Amino acid sequence: MERIPILKMGPFLLVTIQVDLYDRLALTLENDLINMVSKTEAKGVLIDISAVSIVDSFMGRILGNIASMSKIMDAATVVVGMQPAVAITLVELGLTLSGVHTALDVEQGMELLRTKIGQLDTDEEGLYDSFV
Amino acid sequence: MIVLSKEKLSIQKEQDVVLFRNRIKELATKIGMSLVNQTKLITAASELVRNMLRYGGGGITQLEIVSRNSIPGVRLIFTDEGPGIKDVTLAMKDGYSTGKSLGLGLPGAKRLVNEFDIKSEPGKGTTVTIIRWKNGL
Repeated sequence: MERIPILKMGPFLLVTIQVDLYDRLALTLENDLINMVSKTEAKGVLIDISAVSIVDSFMGRILGNIASMSKIMDAATVVVGMQPAVAITLVELGLTLSGVHTALDVEQGMELLRTKIGQLDTDEEGLYDSFV
Repeated sequence: MIVLSKEKLSIQKEQDVVLFRNRIKELATKIGMSLVNQTKLITAASELVRNMLRYGGGGITQLEIVSRNSIPGVRLIFTDEGPGIKDVTLAMKDGYSTGKSLGLGLPGAKRLVNEFDIKSEPGKGTTVTIIRWKNGL
């Protein structure tokens, strides 16, 4: 079965969606992500959708679900890299993704996640910097 | 209105949707539709094709390049032989769903295209036709 890889990066999980999503793939991702949050005790989830050309109501709902579920599991979710055409379409469709944090690119998304989980220990912080 | 090209694609499983969306993109690119208009059209199509799979048990899509007053556009016709929709007016309302979705599919799709037509007969099936013109008007 096709799957979207989830990478662990320090206290965060990183997902880059490189393929066109269909419903089952999106549902599998939702499931995998929540399991990973629980397994790795991740504090944040970053989803990069810069390569996604279509987000319809179903996928929008999945993004919202991931954010709500992660929140309950004590992890923040940031969606980054949405294409302008996708943003225009989503709003016209009637989906505003309220409750989902967004950032323009991965770097800003990481920054946002860091501020969300608060100040880190200094030596830990150095470790993440070497990742970024 | 003149039909410049016509093709049919059967949608029976979710993976067919990806192929269908790609094909619409090719047609829309061919007539020089802008990226925003393309995205709106494909998103609307994605909503309708999901309905067709979920409620209609799959069906046939017809993809056409049409022209009116020498303005080109893409017309998509979705035909299923599912249970049909009892109350089309209700189904077109924002937030109404018989499934567990957000209820944005039909009304959202209508907002994203220039022309939208739905015909449904309980027990016979549903046909939805949408058009998005190149210039978006």
